[in-house]
Amino acid sequence: MNMSQQDLKTVVVVGNGMVGYKFCEKLLAKTSAFNIVVFGEEPRHAYDRVHLSEYFNGKSADDLSMSHLGWYSENNIALHLGDTITEINRSEKVIHSLKGVSQPYDYLVLATGSSAFVPDIPGVEKDGVFVYRTIEDLDLIQNYAKAARKGAVLGGGLLGLEAAKALIDLGLEETHVIEFAPRLMPRQIDSAGSAMLQAKLETLDLKVHMNKSTSSILGDSNIKGLQFNDDTSLEVDMLVISAGIRPRDELAKLAGLETGTRGGIVVNQKMQTSDDSIFAIGECALYDGMIYGLVAPGYEMAEVVAAHLCAGERTFNGYDMSTKLKLIGVDVASFGDPFVTEPDSRSIVFEDSHKGVYKRINISNDGKYLLGGVLIGDADAYNILLQTVNNNILLPPNPEDLILGARGGEASAGAGVVTLPDEALICSCEAVSKGDICGAVTDLNVTTVEGMKKCNKAGTGCGGCVPLVKDLIHETLKANGTYIKNVVCEHFDYSRQELFDLMKLNKIKTYDAALDHFGKGDGCELCKPTVASILASLWNDVIVKQHTIQDSNDRYLANIQKGGTYSVVPRIPGGEITPDKLIVIGQVAKKYNLYTKITGGQRIDLFGAHLSELPDIWSELIDAGFESGHAYGKALRTVKSCVGSTWCRFGLHDSVSFAIEIEERYRGIRAPHKIKGGVSGCVRECAEAQSKDFGIIATEKGWNLYVAGNGGSKPQHAQLLATDIDKETCVKYLDRFLMFYINTADSLTRTATWLNKMEGGLSYLKNVVINDSLGINAQLEAEMQGLVDSYHCEWKEAVENPDLRKQFAHFVNAPKEKDPLVAFDTMREQVKAKEW
Amino acid sequence: MEAVIDIAVEWVFVCKTDDVPQNGGGCVKVGDEQIALYNFSRRGEWYATQNLCPHKQQMVLSRGMIGSTGDTCEPKVACPFHKKTFSLLSGECLTGEEYQLKTYPVKVEGDRVYVGIE
Ligand code: SRM
Ligand SMILES: Cc1cc2nc3c(=O)[nH]c(=O)nc-3n(C[C@H](O)[C@H](O)[C@H](O)COP(=O)(O)OP(=O)(O)OC[C@H]3O[C@@H](n4cnc5c(N)ncnc54)[C@H](O)[C@@H]3O)c2cc1C
Ligand code: SF4
Ligand code: FES
Repeated sequence: MNMSQQDLKTVVVVGNGMVGYKFCEKLLAKTSAFNIVVFGEEPRHAYDRVHLSEYFNGKSADDLSMSHLGWYSENNIALHLGDTITEINRSEKVIHSLKGVSQPYDYLVLATGSSAFVPDIPGVEKDGVFVYRTIEDLDLIQNYAKAARKGAVLGGGLLGLEAAKALIDLGLEETHVIEFAPRLMPRQIDSAGSAMLQAKLETLDLKVHMNKSTSSILGDSNIKGLQFNDDTSLEVDMLVISAGIRPRDELAKLAGLETGTRGGIVVNQKMQTSDDSIFAIGECALYDGMIYGLVAPGYEMAEVVAAHLCAGERTFNGYDMSTKLKLIGVDVASFGDPFVTEPDSRSIVFEDSHKGVYKRINISNDGKYLLGGVLIGDADAYNILLQTVNNNILLPPNPEDLILGARGGEASAGAGVVTLPDEALICSCEAVSKGDICGAVTDLNVTTVEGMKKCNKAGTGCGGCVPLVKDLIHETLKANGTYIKNVVCEHFDYSRQELFDLMKLNKIKTYDAALDHFGKGDGCELCKPTVASILASLWNDVIVKQHTIQDSNDRYLANIQKGGTYSVVPRIPGGEITPDKLIVIGQVAKKYNLYTKITGGQRIDLFGAHLSELPDIWSELIDAGFESGHAYGKALRTVKSCVGSTWCRFGLHDSVSFAIEIEERYRGIRAPHKIKGGVSGCVRECAEAQSKDFGIIATEKGWNLYVAGNGGSKPQHAQLLATDIDKETCVKYLDRFLMFYINTADSLTRTATWLNKMEGGLSYLKNVVINDSLGINAQLEAEMQGLVDSYHCEWKEAVENPDLRKQFAHFVNAPKEKDPLVAFDTMREQVKAKEW
Repeated sequence: MEAVIDIAVEWVFVCKTDDVPQNGGGCVKVGDEQIALYNFSRRGEWYATQNLCPHKQQMVLSRGMIGSTGDTCEPKVACPFHKKTFSLLSGECLTGEEYQLKTYPVKVEGDRVYVGIE
């Protein structure tokens, strides 16, 4: 039967926020039997308020949008943006908008959300006082912050801290948080947790004032400062008020619907208001005396109404208010009942004030069940702990393992998911259960998180459950007998480590031999560079002898750029260079019209070389005493140094000489991914050694050795492997560490990720490298020495060997000609690649 | 440039077999046209496609890695820039986009390589 629009019942949604939007999505997923009409007061489509702060980190309003352009019209939803509903006529069942639209309804859904609560402090109307709720608020804040130096946030709750982070990101010199209560995030965490959080935030340059009640806002038309009740004051140029939320119930009140004394539209289990054709969902709804200021319960409410309109039975029964957040870079989580204490429960507390970690779990008196807890500084265990509470899972005999992590959080979490019941809610934003996820793996053959997102939306909301989803996929595959191994590609059924061992054992020296012995098919762009890297790590032969299996940069010993030209990066060990060599670089760059730039790795990059010019350029550099910098290879890049004791008044030892020594020792060594090092002359750490794959820092008594740091998109500090060791020991440990990494890591895995995935983590690594627990150290050292001894400058080999040199041509039938399509623009008196 | 006339296409001599590396590619210039020539020596086959990668209009496909994929061992090339891969047989993009490469027939006589131009 094909019903016409007129026959359909009309559902009108007031409010196009997160929950209002989700309601439409959920209703559409169930039926097309309604006319849907939406009114939104804000000028734009519903957007993700939870990730609002990312607007300051470069996300646009479009990026935050909950739907793609055209979603509403594709789904036949009549959308009125920038129009506020001002009146509900319940007897006629029609609503009226500010712009004069009258819209009849059969069912009305109020999803009006809440607004920021602004306390009645004299002076709140001054310029420079803001709230933090909408994209418009953020635009205003961003504009005003340009001319401001000091900012404050009123309120030390979840949203206040989020706003404080935004002020820091906007570049304010000073950011203060003013909290009326004696602790931060009073709704979520206990006082010990608050103290740890405060200490941690203060090291991040946030000034936190507790127990402060603000009596007035100072200044003429613009804010100049805050006056407190205790007669102190604080000078600030701007203020963000984040003192709580006020449910938007004004429309409901006007229509005579029942509201709470402290705000909120009263609803029953079906989200019905006192008028049974009017529903309220999200932050405006008051259920059982409670406003739920989080998005997941709002989505559940939306589901309840959508189900009800389709004659379903679902009811709302309250909602877990557990949260996990990253506030200003600090993990904060609270779950279950974070506050229960003796005599109703026992608590186990773990505290490490040095690292800023505080964990508390509350356990039932009989020791069987987890009731709730707080995690500050390290919330890796959050997901599994939350599941343990929600599903009444029996605790292990030593419940402290849950927060101490017997062997690191990841391993235990992986095993923990198996014990969850099928109904366990994994993704609370999208209401996806463990059963849904495992079912998708088993029945629909979904094997990746990306696939799961497409399949049932798990992990698409706040993203907090993604690690659990990953573990579940993994464990289900394992349980189904699918042996999951990181195989190299469709041509090699081995992991990189297995292939490495096989090739070593069988003395395989070419790609073709590897493919013939251990692979099938003709290879591809995944296995070729992997095998090439293994060959280089094993035998250290000149890589361009097998140039067609090298990744594009390795094939031409240079990084390819936009337009198809290449860059030239000579090695400048430790960043030290003589004036004469600087002059040569300048001359070469001038002669070949190359763009020059100092790199982030303390050396000089020359960009824009034609393929056929590379050997000529390198000949000149090599004649002047330069060698390849391997900037193109998954190989040792740079060992960054600070000037150290030769010049610096604080320097303890000669960091430059040590950096050069190390860089020369490991130059040219190929690995699963690039490796970088740093050597600093004292704890001031000017060489940023702790952000490198290995970092060495001078101490009074010798050197500290750190390993497995990373810059890049997921920065991570290196971890301390050994303290106060001498140079020889340092080199010995480094040899072992690097060779162990080369032997065992997956392709394209940096040392940091490798160590993160290692069972037992740093303590295991220490055992291997320092205590020789595997008994392989003599072998690792010998292998490394073999690589060190067989070092050659591959550019020297390439320019001196006519056959190899011939490979550097754009046209094989016209080797002297350059690609005529390469073109440059100019900028600040140098060339730059043409835009593509 | 010499030309041997065959049916429908004009066979243009482009280079010697050892000008193009084994299991790799090289770019040949035919008039103003840039053609990527692949010496798939592992299979004893030769292929040719346009040298221009349609993704960002870069003249680089000859510098890409070649290989095969799937049960049928479809021969392919991966662009060095963003690793989009293309079938050497049909020129079709194998990484899900709507790109299409022009392909050319190749003929080897002795150590001389010819490309068929329409
Ligand atoms: C030139 C340089 C930027 C600059 O102008 O300063 C640079 C340029 C490139 N970096 Fe970098 N990185 C440069 C320093 C860095 C640094 C800073 C450092 O080394 O102290 C980092 C962060 C530190 C780190 O590695 O942990 C850095 C992290 C990356 C990453 C992210 C790695 C990661 O683990 O997440 C990539 C991507 C990758 O390798 O997969 C990358 C990749 C690249 C590539 C190779 C991208 C590419 O494939 O085309 C760029 C090549 C440009 C070119 O055409 O030559 N570059 N890159 C720097 C060269 C340093 C040198 O002298 O060799
Ligand atoms: C900075 C920030 C960070 C947050 N972080 C988190 C987090 O990490 N985790 C979490 O769970 N929650 C977080 N929240 C809370 C979360 O955003 C809210 O719970 C969620 O947005 C509530 O959705 P809603 O649809 O009920 O209300 P809203 O998203 O506020 O939408 C209500 C909409 O209705 C409109 N409206 C109101 N009255 C009318 C009217 N009369 N006519 C027409 N339109 C009207 C409003 O303009 C608004 O657009 C955060 C909130 C903020 C501000
Ligand atoms: S940060 Fe990105 S853009 Fe800049 S050099 Fe590195 S890879 Fe290129
Ligand atoms: S230019 Fe070829 S893949 Fe992007």
